[in-house]
Amino acid sequence: MASLDRTARAFLLTELVSGFALTLKYMFKPKVTVNYPHEKGPLSPRFRGEHALRRYPNGEERCIACKLCEAICPAQAITIEAEPRDDGSRRTTRYDIDMTKCIYCGFCQEACPVDAIVEGPNFEFSTETREELMYNKDKLLANGDRWESLIAANLHADAAYR
Amino acid sequence: MPKMKIDGVEIEVPAGITVLQACELAGVEIPRFCYHERLSIAGNCRMCLVEQEKAPKPIASCAMPVMENMVIHTNTPMVQKARNGVMEFLLINHPLDCPICDQGGECDLQDQAMAYGFDRSRYHENKRAVPDKELGPLVKTSMNRCIHCTRCIRFATEVAGVEELGATGRGESMEVTTYVEHALSTELSGNLVDLCPVGALTSKPYAFEARSWELSKTESIDVMDGLGANIRVDTRGAQVMRVLPRLNDDVNEEWISDKTRHALDGLRHQRLDRPYVRRAGKLVEATWDQAFGAIEAKLKGLDGAKIAAISGDQCDAEAMVALKDLMTALGSPNIDCRQDGAKLDGGPRGSYIFNPGVRGIDSADAVLLIGTNPRWESPVLNARLRKRYLAGHCAMASVGPAVDFTYPVERLGAGPATLRDLVDGKLGFFEKLKAAKHPLIIIGMGALAREDGAAVLALARDLAEKLDAVRADWSGFAILHTTAARVGGLDLGLVPAEGGRDVAGILAGCEKREIEVVYLLAADEIDTKRLGKAFVIYQGHHGDAGAHRADVILPGAAYTEKPGTYVNTEGRVQLGQRAAYPPGDAREDWAVLRALSERLGKTLPYDSLNEVRARLVTVNRNFAAIDQQAAGSWGMFGKAGTVSDAPFVSPIANFYMTCPISRASKTMAECMASRAQLMAAE
Repeated sequence: MASLDRTARAFLLTELVSGFALTLKYMFKPKVTVNYPHEKGPLSPRFRGEHALRRYPNGEERCIACKLCEAICPAQAITIEAEPRDDGSRRTTRYDIDMTKCIYCGFCQEACPVDAIVEGPNFEFSTETREELMYNKDKLLANGDRWESLIAANLHADAAYR
Repeated sequence: MPKMKIDGVEIEVPAGITVLQACELAGVEIPRFCYHERLSIAGNCRMCLVEQEKAPKPIASCAMPVMENMVIHTNTPMVQKARNGVMEFLLINHPLDCPICDQGGECDLQDQAMAYGFDRSRYHENKRAVPDKELGPLVKTSMNRCIHCTRCIRFATEVAGVEELGATGRGESMEVTTYVEHALSTELSGNLVDLCPVGALTSKPYAFEARSWELSKTESIDVMDGLGANIRVDTRGAQVMRVLPRLNDDVNEEWISDKTRHALDGLRHQRLDRPYVRRAGKLVEATWDQAFGAIEAKLKGLDGAKIAAISGDQCDAEAMVALKDLMTALGSPNIDCRQDGAKLDGGPRGSYIFNPGVRGIDSADAVLLIGTNPRWESPVLNARLRKRYLAGHCAMASVGPAVDFTYPVERLGAGPATLRDLVDGKLGFFEKLKAAKHPLIIIGMGALAREDGAAVLALARDLAEKLDAVRADWSGFAILHTTAARVGGLDLGLVPAEGGRDVAGILAGCEKREIEVVYLLAADEIDTKRLGKAFVIYQGHHGDAGAHRADVILPGAAYTEKPGTYVNTEGRVQLGQRAAYPPGDAREDWAVLRALSERLGKTLPYDSLNEVRARLVTVNRNFAAIDQQAAGSWGMFGKAGTVSDAPFVSPIANFYMTCPISRASKTMAECMASRAQLMAAE
């Protein structure tokens, strides 16, 4: 009996029809893919992307070289050297992140007492060479300047939950 | 021995101690800020509150003496609440500076706030603001952070003996200050930084350089003076970041001098990191092979009597024994470790060590200083002498330079003539020494490093005999060395052999061309101009006087870069560990000598550090007893003779620069400038 049933379905092309029907159905549904890179999906304010060093609105860099991010980094990707600046304040002379080591856990921004190091919304920083992924302080500060408005908005949006 | 009960445990404690100490004996840790074992009791931080049964209020355990049948509780809700309250008050005015504070990570307040702090502040007024003070080139102040424990004031007044720090105002407006702004005039100021339980006093040269958790810690021995203070060397990567004291009640308690602590930036400059050979009057870089080749060519077929060696003031015993063995193999009797020409010839061991030990100072009841200024020659030992003075009933007198010892010392005279009078019993102080149970005679290099040094030594020996200062239960004859390598050198016999020349003889021989090759093992304190036309081999770690004159330079390791054995002025054998590796091609000194010996066809019979150390023990059994002071033997030494009238002069004219490392140090130069300014102001 079962074999008769199967034979009948095969001759009536029911599987083909149902397949086409499914395809047809999805033609009228809204599409779930985006046309990357012309379109992009939504990102959470907590998204942990490329690192940036922020500044205060008056242009002073936030980082005070406390080295807490360096201490907490589980991948040991951060290297900091510090000394007193001419005005006597504590500043970094070197702030390097090895982006090839980084595991994007976000501990550094959690540890930072002054919200200086943050993982911003940018995830499109692939490079052609390894060397370009050894970020130094200038690169990180430049990132901060470029992404400041978005980073500030994200921090603000997430502040209530911290 | 009162019996008391601490947290339900009955314990018998020595009478006269405080409740806090009793709690420690019972194994209960009491939080504290102002209390410190080596300072007087202040009782002003109130952190050590405990509950005593039948007392109406919590008691400050650091200031409460133990009594019979006391019952103490340290873990009741009342104690917890009291400590929480004290902590909240302390934090009211303490800034939230931890991320930029150098004390962060090793801060008592931070640690104790974890246990007793509240997670937010109930204080909404403005915090107190206090202007920072200028305390000189070593101590950086951030007075907002001060919690008024007064440890620094008590240290300066009691241990360092300079009554320069004090507090003005009371309550919230109390400020720790020097009254009139000036740099601290003590050689122990670095210890203030260790004592400060918060970040109010931090190290200026080390400011913001590293965090405590980044450093690897190595226990080692200091070589800046003869005391051999126990230190901990903190390194980050290849760089020595700081030097801290290590506890050793027999040697340095827990203090170290500013030179010990801060000369370390000298280790980064002027280093010899590769061999050099002089060609056409200029030193040019070379390989080890070329350098050894140059030495081999010069030494080939040379008579041993024309070769001489001088070992330096900071050498480890391993290097010295290798040098001695090499010279013996080359047939040279000309070897010396006494660059300053001190007339100590390695006779009975008791004649050249600090026999009573540093601990012996505590039991001395009359002290005579001969030709020494311990304040500059060994500041930590001087603090020990001051501690003895503070304990009372100790007559102190000095024959030698007129200086401020930081404690009152009767000055009997300036030179050997006074000493002779004293030996003859013509001075009143003789009676005091005679009456003393434990008379202590400290002889400095200022008395021995001179033409008539042997006669002065004989005089001092006479005095010790007359006073019966050297007997079975007490030996009060003490030589205070100024250099770390000297006792080790004398122990290993780095003095001229039969018919050999000492340093003066070697230099005279160089001038007369009787000596053709001089081997300087990190020896920089000689007059290099007098080396004349001799071929100079310099093995050391710094481009100092010796390296400038050298024809061949062999780069060696500094004291932080090699495991080394040092014998301090007491004759205590101590081991230093390697904290970092020597720069570039530089190698450990004994290994360099071993490699050179092979090239010269006189291979030394040891290939590893253990074998060298075994050789040390063969030469002198004392090297087997690490960290112990072997008793010095007594016998005939010195050479009775006429003494000159020249006054004794301390060999250290400038405390801050006495060795190649401190001379290369920028911090030490700043200290010197600051001290000069201070002197000028006075």
